[in-house]
Amino acid sequence: METALKESYIQKVNRYMGLQREDARISKSYLFVAFVALLLGGILGLLQGLNRAGMLELPYWLNYYQVLTAHGVLLVLVLTAFFTIGYFYAGLSHTLGGLLPKVRKMAWIGFSLKIVGFVFAVIPILLNQASVLYTFYPPMAASPYFYIGLVLIVLGVWMCAFGAFINVAHWRKNNRGQNLPIFSFFATGVFVLLFFGSIPVAIEVFMIIPWAFGWVETINVMLSRTLFWAFGHTLVNIWYLTAVSAWYVIVPKVIGGRRFSDTLTRIVVILLVVMNIPGGFHHQIVDPGISQEVKFLHVFMSLSIAFPSLMTAYAMFSVFERTGRKQGGKGLLGWYKKLPWGDVRFLAPMIAMIAFIVGGAGGIVQSTNQLNQVVHNTMWIVGHFHITVGTSVILTFFGITYWLVPYISNRTLTPKINRLGVIQTFIWTVGMLFMAGSMHYVGLLGAPRRTSYTTYGESATAMGWDPFMILIAIGGVLLIVGVLLQVYAVFHLMFRAPKGKTEFPIAEREEHDTYTPYWTERWGNWIVIMLLLIAMGYVIPIVDFTINAPPGSPPIKTW
Amino acid sequence: MSKSEMIWLALSFGMLMAFMLATGYQTFALEMGPPSHGETIDPQKVDETAPFDQPGIKKIGENEYEVVMTMQIFSFNPSDIEIPAGATVHFILTSKDVTHGFQVAGTNINAMVMPGHIQKITQTFDRPGEYLVLCNEYCGAGHQLMSTTINVK
Ligand code: HEM
Ligand SMILES: [Cu+2]
Ligand SMILES: [Cu+2]
Repeated sequence: METALKESYIQKVNRYMGLQREDARISKSYLFVAFVALLLGGILGLLQGLNRAGMLELPYWLNYYQVLTAHGVLLVLVLTAFFTIGYFYAGLSHTLGGLLPKVRKMAWIGFSLKIVGFVFAVIPILLNQASVLYTFYPPMAASPYFYIGLVLIVLGVWMCAFGAFINVAHWRKNNRGQNLPIFSFFATGVFVLLFFGSIPVAIEVFMIIPWAFGWVETINVMLSRTLFWAFGHTLVNIWYLTAVSAWYVIVPKVIGGRRFSDTLTRIVVILLVVMNIPGGFHHQIVDPGISQEVKFLHVFMSLSIAFPSLMTAYAMFSVFERTGRKQGGKGLLGWYKKLPWGDVRFLAPMIAMIAFIVGGAGGIVQSTNQLNQVVHNTMWIVGHFHITVGTSVILTFFGITYWLVPYISNRTLTPKINRLGVIQTFIWTVGMLFMAGSMHYVGLLGAPRRTSYTTYGESATAMGWDPFMILIAIGGVLLIVGVLLQVYAVFHLMFRAPKGKTEFPIAEREEHDTYTPYWTERWGNWIVIMLLLIAMGYVIPIVDFTINAPPGSPPIKTW
Repeated sequence: MSKSEMIWLALSFGMLMAFMLATGYQTFALEMGPPSHGETIDPQKVDETAPFDQPGIKKIGENEYEVVMTMQIFSFNPSDIEIPAGATVHFILTSKDVTHGFQVAGTNINAMVMPGHIQKITQTFDRPGEYLVLCNEYCGAGHQLMSTTINVK
């Protein structure tokens, strides 16, 4: 009860004072970069789609794999990282009563490190010195500056993670014995994962840099690949946890309802954090050199994550049903008509959730061994992550922008922009149905991912894929329209929309939901459990890869 | 927690366990696990190391063949393989340079082939026809050209 009072008090103060100007500037800058990345990445995506359909031959100075490297880096590193940080920093400031000056400074240092790192990484990509794709598997070796750029980006992310920890610790010191506001609880989980999840890739890149400079002759190929996926797999779930935070905390408020059980929400966050990292081998199910037992363990860990997701599915539909009924919805399904379908702040995340049911089911299926062998490295996988990341996560992010951007810009969402958002959501959904749907299907027929247009010497099999590749291109055209509308909406809301106050929509608890056990706050314990699980998943294989390693590989440039 | 939630979670848990059991049964009881061969090799000395010093196809039994194959940018050695229908083929693979992917469209053959590691995968080709073999891991500028065929007669 006391917590609830306290929370709403802070919210009230914030409502009247608005987000502190300086805190708002941080989030605004992060979101600005995120949506520039969406624009550039989207254009590159369209080029890829057209090329694979055989409709566009890239000019000699622009290599398909150069484009694909940039598409990957811009969308899965820049867009997602900058959005996540901008969003959570706004929420930390809002729910914890402002950022500490020290933390603000850290957020800016983090920003600069990431931008400088990005420039370091992007120049070699533009010069075709780093066409190694965003996974940069050794022994393909890019220019060393590409990796130095990645190190700076990771350092920038760490800076923001520590900033968040400091602000949270400060709040806890001043509010002893109280549960962290729910939004900040999510933020803590995300930053814990960002920090621990990026340690493996930092180690990998520190192995690569001296090798790429030629100071060390060879590299352990399997070890670097494994370290990459310990990170890559976690990153996926970081985006997902970010989207989930909006589903639990924001969406109920937007539809005029209340949150799902506070305790269960926190348990979902804790589960997603502790069980996350040791699942990376599901990206390596058909690799040599990893025993079937270890692979099985990782499949188990990956599937475990589905459990909190299924809890979330229940929670969301229960909130929708309860809210719809309270507003007069009758009968078994009458409540769904009461939901505000015309409000983009609801519509976009709602479609995102539905997409996650599809994407999640596909994910469960493809992490089982035999089926993985059918789809590994085919276009199916590309379809899978355009549904999960490209739709589930990204549409949630889009939905967030329609209140977050006006909130940090002291502007308001007009009915016109709301309508634009609804149209945008619709276009995105249809575009992804075309694109990701055809990708899934053509993948089952055997079409490989990461491969520019080819008939493999007029092979009948490969030519049979072409009709679906054309559907992919059509989806791509719709999606680029969606990108343009979305980027327009964001910049309009940032710089042009009418001035005014916009609320940061955090839903209240249910009236009877008054008590949350304090043990949920023991982050120290959760981190220890997480580390134990990571050790269980990774110590044996990593020791094995190191001790029984074959002679390493020298750097090779094959493009 | 409400009763309906308990039921939902129990069903969820049951479904995930069923997936695990099915996967475990396939992998360990039916020995249909994913390709995970453990042997290693010096990636810079592939040509001098048996069996890759003599890549090729060898009959090892009644309609049973062994294919020792190297993958390198942007080709397969041997290439354009011919086998009779119904043949069981054991592929033994390694890479001479970067990571490649060995995939035969229309079959379940799909395995990563990495420098320093030897990969093995077995398949029975019942249906006659020309199968497209392709590299499904990006390996450089000519990756989209890296293919060959298996002709099942
Ligand atoms: C205009 C919208 C988009 C289009 C037309 C598009 C198109 C494509 C295409 C055709 C590929 C496959 C290339 C291949 O494997 O040969 C691809 C890969 C990829 N896309 Fe997108 N995409 C779009 C948006 C997004 C978004 C929003 C995200 C994530 C936030 C995303 C993430 C990725 C990733 C991670 C890859 C894989 C890169 C790799 O394999 O190295 N894309 N995209
Ligand atoms: Cu993963
Ligand atoms: Cu290749």
